[in-house]
Amino acid sequence: MAQVSMTVNGKPVTGDVEPRTLLVQFLRENLRLTGTHVGCDTSQCGACVVHVDGIAAKSCTTLAVQCEGQSITTIEGLATADGKLHPMQEAFRENHGLQCGYCTPGMIMAALDIVRRNGHELDEHTIREQLDGNICRCTGYHNIVKAIEAGARAMAK
Amino acid sequence: MYNFTFHRPTTVRQAAGLLARNPEGKLLAGGHSLLPVMKQRLAQPSALVDLSQVEGMTGVELKGRSVVIGAMTRHADVAKSDVLKEVLPGLASVPGSIGDPQVRNRGTIGGSIANNDPNADYPAACLGLGATIITNKRRIAADDFFTGMFSTALEDGEIIVKVSFPIAKKAAYEKFKHPASGFALVGVFVSKRGPDIRVAVTGAGSNGVFRVKSFEEALAKRFSPKSIEGMTIPANGMNSDIHATPEYRAHLVGVLAKRALAKATA
Repeated sequence: MAQVSMTVNGKPVTGDVEPRTLLVQFLRENLRLTGTHVGCDTSQCGACVVHVDGIAAKSCTTLAVQCEGQSITTIEGLATADGKLHPMQEAFRENHGLQCGYCTPGMIMAALDIVRRNGHELDEHTIREQLDGNICRCTGYHNIVKAIEAGARAMAK
Repeated sequence: MYNFTFHRPTTVRQAAGLLARNPEGKLLAGGHSLLPVMKQRLAQPSALVDLSQVEGMTGVELKGRSVVIGAMTRHADVAKSDVLKEVLPGLASVPGSIGDPQVRNRGTIGGSIANNDPNADYPAACLGLGATIITNKRRIAADDFFTGMFSTALEDGEIIVKVSFPIAKKAAYEKFKHPASGFALVGVFVSKRGPDIRVAVTGAGSNGVFRVKSFEEALAKRFSPKSIEGMTIPANGMNSDIHATPEYRAHLVGVLAKRALAKATA
């Protein structure tokens, strides 16, 4: 076993894990943060995307021990303490940017990384290209793309 | 995934020491090739030596007439390097086509080169520019480094520290992406630096990345797509799988080489 310490959604956490524990396992099973999903488990689908020190990563292809001392943000860390949704979450709600909802946490975390890298004015082509690593198996991309465009703008306000 | 011990050295020397003490151990860079293989239980290292905390292994630097990239530099950081985009845009365009944005946020140039996946992009860029792979022990020319599918000239305990790319006046990469995986079904890197002309191909050869001497000779007269018009390479020795036949891959080599040349000479 190895001890791992990191900050998750602003709170310091520590856990005893086997080195082979994936970050997504640590988040879901040790910390009970089940908003981060496992879709394909082969780094294709993006349901497991979280931010590691502010940068989007697939938590199914990251070991918990690799994140020692780092700051992790999951979907649970976006809304404010009083429950007010993050502008990107609100945009997904407003635009119905989901069907079954399984891919949604990863989509939103990936969307925030698209904004980080490309700014607040995003065109449809950029969004679709940048969603290369996130799969919606309901094929509900149309409203996801709309939601990201709106969410990115709302974040600038 | 089978279990392993995990180590986080902060210097290259410590990392080399850990490898020496764990002969069945492996280096962990971005982990986006190694961890998937371990999850499938196709690799079973007894120890992982994580290079992420080792100092001095990241960054893109101009050094004389070369660009030197730290082995642990992530694909996303190579792709957005202003200095690289200015002096060697052909190389700067390579990492942006690897995987997807999240993969590029984690994957590294050193990891890609050490793995030498026969469909990876960086091996073509290294061979296509005549790069030098700098390890903790020596300097290895790209021509000697890639020794076959998933195999390199790296010895036990040897760690890639950086890669030096000579600045070629003309250089470009063209890739026919596999639509699902993003890997190169075929990718061709071309460059011209004085009399040194290179055409390097990834994805196609059953023995990994290779140079196309016949194209290079034809291009010596004039570095232009016209110089290789109508030329083909034999299908013998090309990969064959459900995605493409050897004949199709051989055909793509010619098509992509011409596209890359057009881009490099535009």
